[in-house]
Amino acid sequence: MLQEIIIAGFGGQGVMSMGQLIAYAGMIEEKNVSWLPSYGPEQRGGTANCAVVVSDQQVGSPLVSNPSAVIVLNNPSFDKFEPKVRPGGLLISNSSLVARKSEREDIKVIDIRATDLANELGNSRITNMILLGAFIEYSKFLSENSIIESLKKVLSEDKYHLIDINKRALRKGAELVAVF
Amino acid sequence: MGKVLMKGNEVLAEAAVHADCRYYFGYPITPQSELVAYMARRLPEVGGLFLQAESEIAAINMVYGAASTGVRVMTSSSSPGFSLKQEGISYLVGSELPAVIVNIVRGGPGLGNIQPAQSDYFQVTKGGGHGDYHIPVLAPSTLQEIVDLTMDAFDIADKYRSPVIIMGDGMLGQMMEPVEFKEKVESKQFDKSWATTGTRGDGGPKIITSLELDADSLEKRNTLLQKKFAEMKEQEVRYETYCTEDADYIIVAYGTVARIAMNAINKARETGLKIGLIRPISLWPFPEKPFEETRKRVKGYISVEMSAGQMIEDVRLAVNGHAPVDFYGRTGGVVPTQEEIYEKIITVAGGLKYEHENGI
Repeated sequence: MLQEIIIAGFGGQGVMSMGQLIAYAGMIEEKNVSWLPSYGPEQRGGTANCAVVVSDQQVGSPLVSNPSAVIVLNNPSFDKFEPKVRPGGLLISNSSLVARKSEREDIKVIDIRATDLANELGNSRITNMILLGAFIEYSKFLSENSIIESLKKVLSEDKYHLIDINKRALRKGAELVAVF
Repeated sequence: MGKVLMKGNEVLAEAAVHADCRYYFGYPITPQSELVAYMARRLPEVGGLFLQAESEIAAINMVYGAASTGVRVMTSSSSPGFSLKQEGISYLVGSELPAVIVNIVRGGPGLGNIQPAQSDYFQVTKGGGHGDYHIPVLAPSTLQEIVDLTMDAFDIADKYRSPVIIMGDGMLGQMMEPVEFKEKVESKQFDKSWATTGTRGDGGPKIITSLELDADSLEKRNTLLQKKFAEMKEQEVRYETYCTEDADYIIVAYGTVARIAMNAINKARETGLKIGLIRPISLWPFPEKPFEETRKRVKGYISVEMSAGQMIEDVRLAVNGHAPVDFYGRTGGVVPTQEEIYEKIITVAGGLKYEHENGI
């Protein structure tokens, strides 16, 4: 098993934490993981992305150029990474903010109106968790429980009250995947 | 303690604390600022001292002061800041003071950018400051290896009374991986009778200085230093090999580039190409043995670097004309991808188009 994932969006959409949650969950499930942020002279509202590798083997390159899965949260990220998904790979797109639809036939595309759904659930900041829930459910290499365990590591104790809404967001994403 | 997910820069800091480093002087610079921030929080917790200096030059001289008292001390920076420390590093060598200096290399020359690079190889291995000297340089390629090498770096520094450099690149500093800090074993004891901690009437004054106005005396000091460098060359060589036993071609790469090369090598092996890897872990002393063992039977070496070609000079010296040495590198903060390295392998080993370089 080798998963090479890129998650991309605006700064503040929680793309870095999504990647960290996947890395933590992989570690909990005793897999080898790496997490690499794109870093640079970024500005607020600019684009951010991270690469996560989850593998049964030792992780070689932490840098991912042909991802097996890509999750994009905004337009510029779609434009940049949609062409890079390797054939047979997966693209999950936040269709609330991504205007374009992928026309590629060699990859699996899942469009989710994640920002709208997050607002319906009462908190736009869980957009990322809906997408993550969909990703976990579809790709099936990590369990939802491990992600929830990871949340406890990423959140400080005074933020534990947010675990419940995050759980609901994960569930929502997972349920939506059922139709794909 | 179990595994924890940490950033490379934080691992460097925590490993230093585990190695009983209690003093840190530094100045923040991307992409190693997390190391500085971690030390600021962590050292007071263990009764140590963190001080953000007004500049890199001030920081390295504070290191000099602390090291003179025999304590374990560290500073860190990234390329432009590391350049500023060179005068102080030369003084540390001249005065025979132990210290650990981290350089998380970024794109240069000049102010350059903040992306990963390995273009400070010449500077760290050939003596970045003035005078005849060498410093042991360790180049980890995984976060777990950072833990082990940082602990070793402090021991090497104390053993030889010498600064030791840990060199990584921005990618290594910024990435996260699970690491484990093993249960602490008792630290080795080193002679610190030279430390300037006051005589208390129990002997003459102790003097730490690199100033030696008499030429004959300074030559004697240089002879002693050279003896020390020769001993380091004998004792402190570290490297790892991968699939070199049957290899036709061997990639030479260090740090994160070695990991990326690993993927390319595995892919090449799947297509039947016999490719191996030599990964220098100590950049100085440069490992010559794995080349001596392979240079008469391999068809060639490929040095892969995040520079315009610096380590390749040491590779050529170690190969000593027995086989061709090719090169692939990216500069300015561009990281070579596994696909690019694979393509290079195919071009060289697959014989698609390959011209020997001056027969060397």
